[in-house]
Amino acid sequence: MNAIVFDKVWKEYGDHVVLEQIDLEIAPRAFVALVGPSGCGKTTFLRMLLGEERPTRGHIEVGGAPLKPEPDSDRGVVFQRYSVFPHLTVLGNVVIGREFEKSGALGKLFGAKRRQAEEEARTLLNAVGLSGHETKYPAALSGGMQQRLALAQALMRRPRVLLLDEPFGALDPGIRADIHVLMRRIWNESELTVVMVTHDLREAFELGTRIIAFERPRNRPEEAERYGSRLSADIPQPVDRLLVQRGATVTRDFEIWPKKVAGSDVWIRHDAETPRS
Amino acid sequence: MRAINYRPDRTWSLALALLPFLLLALAYIVSSGVRLADNPNDKLLPGFATMGQAIDAYALKPDLRTGDYLFWSDTAASMTRLVTGLVISTTIALVVGLVVGLLPVANATLSPVISVLSMVPPLALLPILFIIMGLGEASKITLIVVGTSLKLTRDIALRVQDIPREQLIKAQTLGASTTQIGLRIMLPQILPRLIDAVRLEIGPAWLFLIAAEAIAADSGLGYRIFLVRRYLSMDVILPYVAWITILAFSMDLALRVLQRKAFPWFAEARSA
Repeated sequence: MNAIVFDKVWKEYGDHVVLEQIDLEIAPRAFVALVGPSGCGKTTFLRMLLGEERPTRGHIEVGGAPLKPEPDSDRGVVFQRYSVFPHLTVLGNVVIGREFEKSGALGKLFGAKRRQAEEEARTLLNAVGLSGHETKYPAALSGGMQQRLALAQALMRRPRVLLLDEPFGALDPGIRADIHVLMRRIWNESELTVVMVTHDLREAFELGTRIIAFERPRNRPEEAERYGSRLSADIPQPVDRLLVQRGATVTRDFEIWPKKVAGSDVWIRHDAETPRS
Repeated sequence: MRAINYRPDRTWSLALALLPFLLLALAYIVSSGVRLADNPNDKLLPGFATMGQAIDAYALKPDLRTGDYLFWSDTAASMTRLVTGLVISTTIALVVGLVVGLLPVANATLSPVISVLSMVPPLALLPILFIIMGLGEASKITLIVVGTSLKLTRDIALRVQDIPREQLIKAQTLGASTTQIGLRIMLPQILPRLIDAVRLEIGPAWLFLIAAEAIAADSGLGYRIFLVRRYLSMDVILPYVAWITILAFSMDLALRVLQRKAFPWFAEARSA
């Protein structure tokens, strides 16, 4: 069980309401894409899920238990930048997850245990297409390769939930397409619930099984239209922050159709079509 | 072409770097020559030959009274004090800085007191150190430690906090404990930055050393300079000053090389 439940969650910083009344249930093995204009609280939402921020009101459950108030190994994460450790080699970056798990205060494995961890790490690196780069430092890798490494590193601890904070936003379109294929394979092959923040609606529709849009609920009548225009032309809508005193909340929440099922290959047919809502 | 776009090539860079040194040497030779032509016994700007004799007497011939080679025994005495002081202060800075930078509770407890204490002028403490610890080695080394460790500690704590928050979160999602984060994530990334911080403290460390030696010592480069000052022995003082400069510069260079060799990832990561 790795369902995620948000029960009437509010997040405020002083007078500033960032998120209000978030009521959500995310099914196990879902691939949720969070979209919305800049500053709408998508990242705050992800941070709360990560345990980095606590909700002001309401509570969050993962797998039936209340969320731990700090980041932990049941939730993996990939950020847009700074996800990997610059002082470790590619192999070291992946092995370190096992080292934290299996060793004491030193956080270092030796001998047979280390060889076993390295073996696992090599398998993962191979799966993300990084074999042959084991001894390089992250700075010597391209942006796309660094994100592949960050994925392998996050998967080493077999998290139940994988959180992605605009992980592919800084990549070239071609490289992004390749890493999308990898991301789908990872989601299909491992027992993961994925929550991804993205600016890229195409990416959201391509990867997600469910799209959740955040917006500040002003001018409710216009909202549907506004959302529509974002889809067709991707024009950023100005949010007049001076007038808005209320926090953002979920304004759109729907399943992608045809339905994608983790572990099946239904998505392949969908992939050939143009994304639609 | 605009001045900002004109870049000298390697040869030109070298030539341009040497130019100010040559000009300084030339200025010295000319003014020394002018003064010596006026008065061959002038002591203020001795010629290179006179300085050569002084170096010969101090570095290559044993002292008549003690039998030591003064130049080298002075160097050994000063370097021992300086290096001991810097090693102690670096160790303190590394441990305390890491803890203060990593743990909010330690930060809240220690960083105000460190900020206040680092504003105490260390030289003003010298008489206190002499009174408490006597005139021996301990007071000189302590002065260097007091003078450099607080600034180093603040610097290290700030550099720990400069490491992107994402890395801390990432390490936690990989299940790392606080000690594991300190030892595997922070410490290795702080060491090359520590070298940078120490490089900047070499200058102040020499300042405190020379000051302490000038006031009370029986050996050391600073002691010698202040001793021979009584006889206006510029022919000894100038080579000693040049030697101190060379020592300080070599230490800086050695640390830079150490940083490059020991932390190959650092230069790449910094430029990326």
